[in-house]
Amino acid sequence: MTGAATPAAPPERPWTGVGTALVVPLVSILLALVVGAVVIELSQLLTPGKGFNVWLPIEAYRAMLEGSLGSWNNIVNTLVVSTPLVLGGLSVAFGFKGGLFNIGAQGQFLMGVLGAVMVGVALRDTTPVIAIPGALIGGVVGGAIWGFIPGVLKAVSGAHEVVVTIMLNYVALSVLAAAVNGPLRVQAAPSAVTLTVGDAALPILFGRNGHTGIIIALIAVAIVGWLLYRTTFGFEVRTVGANPDAARYAGMRPRRIIVLTMSMCGMLAGLAGAIELLGITHKTTASYATSVGFDSIAVALLGRSSPIGVLLSALLFGLMRAGAGQMQIQTGIPSELVDVLQATVLFFLVANVVVKRLLVRRSRTGDTPNARPPDRYVNEAVTG
Amino acid sequence: MSSSPQPVPALEMRGITKRYPGVVANDHIDLDVRPGEIHALLGENGAGKTTLMNILYGLARPDEGQILLDGRIASITSPADAIARGISMVHQHFMLVPVLTVAENIVLGQESMAGRIFLDRGEASRTIKELAGRFGFEMDPDARVSSLSVGAQQRVEILKALYREARILVLDEPTAVLTPQETQEIFALLRRLADAGRSIVFISHKLYEVLAISDRITVIRRGKVVGSRVPAETDEEDLAQLMVGREVQLTVDRGESHPGDIVLRVNGLHARDDRGNEMVRGVDLEIRAGEILGIAGVAGNGQDELVESLIGLRTPTAGGVTLAGSDVTGSTPRQMNEGGVGFVPADRQRFGLVLSFPVADNIVLTSYHRPPYSHGVLRDDAAIERSAEKSIAAFDVRTPSADALAGTLSGGNQQKVVVAREFDRDLRLLILDQPTRGLDVGSIEFIHRQVIAKRDAGTAILLVSAELDEILEMSDRIAIMYGGRLVAVVDGPTANKNEVGLLMATGGHEPAAPAESRITPV
Amino acid sequence: MDLGQIPVLGLVFQLIGYLVDVLPTISPIILRAATPIALAALVGVLCERSGVVNIGIEGIMLGTAFIGWVVGVALVPILGGEPTAIFGLTPALLGGLAAALVGGMVISFVLAWLAISVRADQIISGTIINIAAVGLTGYLISLLSKSSPVGAGNFKPFVPPAGLTDLPVVGWVFAMFLEQGPITMSVIVIVVVMQILLFRSRWGLRTRAVGEHPKAAETVGISVIALRYRNVVLSGLLGGLAGASLTMEATNSFQNNMTAGRGFIGLAAMIVGRWTPLGAFGAALLFASSQAIGRSISFAPPKGQLGDILTSVPPQFYDALPYLVTIIVLAGLIGRSTPPAADGQPYEREGIH
Repeated sequence: MTGAATPAAPPERPWTGVGTALVVPLVSILLALVVGAVVIELSQLLTPGKGFNVWLPIEAYRAMLEGSLGSWNNIVNTLVVSTPLVLGGLSVAFGFKGGLFNIGAQGQFLMGVLGAVMVGVALRDTTPVIAIPGALIGGVVGGAIWGFIPGVLKAVSGAHEVVVTIMLNYVALSVLAAAVNGPLRVQAAPSAVTLTVGDAALPILFGRNGHTGIIIALIAVAIVGWLLYRTTFGFEVRTVGANPDAARYAGMRPRRIIVLTMSMCGMLAGLAGAIELLGITHKTTASYATSVGFDSIAVALLGRSSPIGVLLSALLFGLMRAGAGQMQIQTGIPSELVDVLQATVLFFLVANVVVKRLLVRRSRTGDTPNARPPDRYVNEAVTG
Repeated sequence: MSSSPQPVPALEMRGITKRYPGVVANDHIDLDVRPGEIHALLGENGAGKTTLMNILYGLARPDEGQILLDGRIASITSPADAIARGISMVHQHFMLVPVLTVAENIVLGQESMAGRIFLDRGEASRTIKELAGRFGFEMDPDARVSSLSVGAQQRVEILKALYREARILVLDEPTAVLTPQETQEIFALLRRLADAGRSIVFISHKLYEVLAISDRITVIRRGKVVGSRVPAETDEEDLAQLMVGREVQLTVDRGESHPGDIVLRVNGLHARDDRGNEMVRGVDLEIRAGEILGIAGVAGNGQDELVESLIGLRTPTAGGVTLAGSDVTGSTPRQMNEGGVGFVPADRQRFGLVLSFPVADNIVLTSYHRPPYSHGVLRDDAAIERSAEKSIAAFDVRTPSADALAGTLSGGNQQKVVVAREFDRDLRLLILDQPTRGLDVGSIEFIHRQVIAKRDAGTAILLVSAELDEILEMSDRIAIMYGGRLVAVVDGPTANKNEVGLLMATGGHEPAAPAESRITPV
Repeated sequence: MDLGQIPVLGLVFQLIGYLVDVLPTISPIILRAATPIALAALVGVLCERSGVVNIGIEGIMLGTAFIGWVVGVALVPILGGEPTAIFGLTPALLGGLAAALVGGMVISFVLAWLAISVRADQIISGTIINIAAVGLTGYLISLLSKSSPVGAGNFKPFVPPAGLTDLPVVGWVFAMFLEQGPITMSVIVIVVVMQILLFRSRWGLRTRAVGEHPKAAETVGISVIALRYRNVVLSGLLGGLAGASLTMEATNSFQNNMTAGRGFIGLAAMIVGRWTPLGAFGAALLFASSQAIGRSISFAPPKGQLGDILTSVPPQFYDALPYLVTIIVLAGLIGRSTPPAADGQPYEREGIH
């Protein structure tokens, strides 16, 4: 990005093997759990009435595991909670692969909710065979529009996608609220809410709430992986992400690819919103509570932007989120601990680069210190 | 400047040696600069001039040797050190903040203050006007630097040095970006500075400039001092000989060329660079099948823009390009590639390769969308792998496997990857931009052999290089590019190195002559 | 004169009339609402002018809002004391404010370390701050709310002499600027001081140079790293003030996620204000006005045709307006806004070989 020094060849790094690709994320998770334990211990000091329980962190983590994996229904629920994280994580990861930082998964998700509810409500009395695909497509289109806009602005006028997507997150909030307060509102209802989506609701396949969206998310992982690594388009996306100059010299069209990449990001996050609406809530109020935006960034970073990595890290964070309720009930530890853990994981992922860099520098002499490949946006924490 | 009573040199560099991996950039260089002297440092690109000056300015540390200021040993470890000792440097790429004013740029880091917090802008303006006036030019301290001409920006850099009371002023290729008028002005200014007792080191590879401005000339070639002259006792031919050396080492037997039909024809091509300066000003050329046309020239004379225009990366502002009879002006890089044009870009790491990708992906970087590497939207990994293995073997790329990341290879092997990609198919035209820059001898020889083989297979080849030796060694015909024009075309095998070097450095002193008329008909 | 323009002109007059009507009432509210946005924007100006992108403003505000509030609460039983007549200051409140300021600097230091020393992606660094702030404050408030602590109160608006605010025509201006708490009042001072320092002082000159062309600054002996650290940590003071304004002036309690995107609107205000303190403040005022006027229209719409038009616009439009304006500015459609040239780029000192 700086273009200051000529990028030299990266050094031979002993940890770039397959096994070590897992080491940094795993160490980060472990350290985050330790920090979480310290937070729990310290926070006991704030509630002096209850006495001090040294084993509270262990009990809390155990309750979390129980809440997420303790029964068939809990396991299914964990999968349900992980589903939007998988899709949101794929959205952010796809952007990273294309050298773009999609901070707009939140807004794209909301537009997906809106698109799905619009189509779903319109088709609620048809038949699932028509209504479900229709509503899913509605959500995908909604998200795609919200990805297309920053993509075009970046390609045409160079507007930075980070700022544009942040702004669009808030615009999406307003658009959704305006739609639900306006044309989509059920007139008889005391507060603004839409009709339910009826026939467009995703069928429950297993457990108490295991809807079809889980399968769709798994298919999406496969499709994104296939797209990135098996198609020429994916090759173009990755080339533009890694070295846009070389891409241009090689005859690719970076601007066009940027627009397509951002649209794809929007489609994935929009699909997450559609599935959440069609699978769980079936209708929406003027505001749709979700933290999928930041969660997705965490998922993509921890998953090192690879589809499988995204799947695994979405399951991890999904497991934490799904089990947090049980943890709060059993041990009184607030469920927001999950956010603390998430931030801490990211912190160690990023700070790990420092350790690496120190080791790299020590291992060679007389070479230039700037040894990073010209991956534009994405630093080592992202690409691995 | 008489030198009868030898004064203590203001600056003396003794036995400076600097080694980088694989290359000795400075090999025991001695240089002394007297007070009030303009001392030219003459040499080709890559001769080691800039390294030497970076050592002087504290940006690099010598492996051997000493720096003496006014006869005393000085240790300079940072630019701040250098500034404190009265050394200032005008970098080729100006160190100016475009959005700030002239005054702000000049005082930055050594601000004149009104109180402890606020700048004394009146005082700064007065100082700057006074300084400028003393050396005979005008400068508006409140103008934004971005609104100034390049020449004016350079004067700001010089004022910056004067403001810091520099006694030794180093200018790195100061005229590279200037118009002839601006060059005259800067020369007059430098002369006044020298007359006022300051020492000036003037880095250049333009012979007539060096002769016009300097009191003494030190010539370096390949990191060594090869001679020292005073202008009165030398001329351009003598200097050119010193600068480029006498001997042409032929490492590759180039054999006879058998030119066929005209493949590439360029008519009256004009092109601008990204900032809108017209860099290519009417280029006409023809290349036939089975011949190598070398373009010799000092960097920055429009070669980059010419190549980019030919390959479709830059839209020409005027003129046309035909490839094998069909008009390809304004084609995209992909269309040129499909039309049988191979291209080796100058900066392989930035433009030629994706370092974080495997070698195999880099080998198909320009052909990934064609069978056999893809079918419809699908990549054929097996075909890519097979082709990569084949190319790796054919072009002797030393890599653990086709899956190794390109960034882990040595420079020579990285370039072989690019060469393998671009050479390994039937080509009509091959454009090579600095194909061997920074490579080891073995890789250079290998690549040169491949180029000759390509020529003998009937490909038309355009070779652009800043290495005159390479041009002389490889080309069947040589065109000399100067100021955006081809000022002469000479026969390759019989070309005289000094003559070509002279043309590169001077443009034949006839920049106004229409380029067309100077091209010898084929 | 085209006849078709006359109804439009009529509407414009009606609109001006409406604004003249409502502005005196809502102007103090606008300034109050603009305060945290403007402070957040100043955080951005300070950081980005020296080349560090800070999207963690939201998190810094949320964190310091909590710290200020919780320290105030903790200090009440220890320090006690009666509120002063002006601004309603108590020792506990002042202690809370100090804690918010220090807290802001500490959080900013973490950001600075990640962005400057680790040279991590600055967007990721800011995101970490944001997630951590949401998590930690949510976690702690959830624990504390069980013991339902008593608030430490809040700063009270100044009460200017009625003679001033009752003045015809200009009275409302006095009301706008004087019927305010200490933090809101201080913003105007901070904006002016920062504007002057940024463009007239040595620090300001060096900051701008480092944000535009760090290498040029380094070659004249300025330490890019040290200056960036100093500015980012100092920006934490402003972030702390912004946070404190939420829990210690606008309200007297802490709610989960109470910043509600103000940090990001601040970022928008910085962009629309072209990275200058005055411009950012103006944009913050504009944004706050858009939202306040939107509210005003839905509560008391103007009469006649204008009212029909304005109420037919969804009220959410006024909330979204700041973001839309920012996108339009970013796209270069009106008045292109260019960030400092080295914004967001980690700086690496030239290696001495």
